[in-house]
Amino acid sequence: MKFKFLGTRGSYPSPKKENSRYGGSTSCVELSNHDTNIILDAGTGILNLYLAFYTQLPRIDILLTHLHMDHIQGLAFFRPLFRKGMNVHIWGPRGNSSSLRARLNQYLSPPLFPMPLRDLPCNLHIHEVANSTFRIGSFEITSAFVIHPGPTIGYRIQHRDKTLAYIPDHEPMIGSMNLYPKDRWVSGLSLCQKADVLIHDAMYTNEEYPTRIGWGHSACRHVLQIARRAQVKKLFLFHHDPDHSDAFLDQVMAELRQNNNSLFEIQLATQEMEYEL
Amino acid sequence: MAAHDIEIILNRQLADCLSVPVFIVDPEGNLLFYNEPAEQILGKKYENTGEMPVGKWSTVFTPKDQNGDLLPTGQLPLVKTLRTRKPAHGSFWIKSLEGHDFEISVTAYPIIGRSQRFSGAVAIFWTNSEEDEI
Repeated sequence: MKFKFLGTRGSYPSPKKENSRYGGSTSCVELSNHDTNIILDAGTGILNLYLAFYTQLPRIDILLTHLHMDHIQGLAFFRPLFRKGMNVHIWGPRGNSSSLRARLNQYLSPPLFPMPLRDLPCNLHIHEVANSTFRIGSFEITSAFVIHPGPTIGYRIQHRDKTLAYIPDHEPMIGSMNLYPKDRWVSGLSLCQKADVLIHDAMYTNEEYPTRIGWGHSACRHVLQIARRAQVKKLFLFHHDPDHSDAFLDQVMAELRQNNNSLFEIQLATQEMEYEL
Repeated sequence: MAAHDIEIILNRQLADCLSVPVFIVDPEGNLLFYNEPAEQILGKKYENTGEMPVGKWSTVFTPKDQNGDLLPTGQLPLVKTLRTRKPAHGSFWIKSLEGHDFEISVTAYPIIGRSQRFSGAVAIFWTNSEEDEI
């Protein structure tokens, strides 16, 4: 199994020079193995996909964690949606009252977008997931709700003996200073237990977090605690704040490495970076 | 052991921040969590007991009506909520750890999250003043 970061930013695209190394596109990760390809989230990073390859595939699967703009903005401009006969499967969180299709249609319809969802020429299949287990090709996928404003899920994706956990937007410690001692009380932990790779929200520094409580994101110390508790092998810090320049992120990373006494490796997610599990 | 539903975890995080007693139970009535103010009613600390089976914690209370008669379990708001999956509210009298009877009001609500699964219920105790002793 291998993956590629196509977009690593949170909130909004920030394609400015000082962000160019870690990237300015919003959340999207391409995941593949020998026979199956999955796209995680559809931020503007999805527009960096190599489309000539995807349009040859019998189907495209896009797994959305939630419907905030930085995770769906690229969907409107994703060309396979406008290709007749293309089978596109969108997976996303079940909501309280309206369907996933209806919620997606709020964005993909006038006046925000010229064309309503129902008029897209592709064969669109929409799947609602909650605390669910399902298969796409040779990937076994578990989804579970995690703490973030609005219906939001994280994914645990397994292929053979390798596991990737993807929780790009997550505030596990809202209202508490530390993780609860029992694992079953920690949001998202079951998804990332002993994962080979965890891609996790690390939007704020420890100093920034106190003024952003309830915004739905993690401080660096939160994600380190989660990764340590889950005994992951490698942690990618993801969903970078668009105001954090490359130089600033380097500084954050240097401090984390200096203070990290954990067994796992830590790395900043970098747009265009590929990694094989 | 399976992870708790996110709605249960969020209720605990809220309960942790509240100054009124809060009890969180699963659909069978097993006590999943009680906060610090609730520890004073139970006479036990959550960090010592952890989660408690329904048979163990429900006997702590001897709820009575205003005439001093024992209240049938089915009339307790939390039990009603577990049975009907609807909010319930009521007032009754219980004995404090010091042996005094005092009146409390209880509001219970069901936890039914986005997965439409009934995950349990929350009971919030509103303790009335000492002057309510009978």
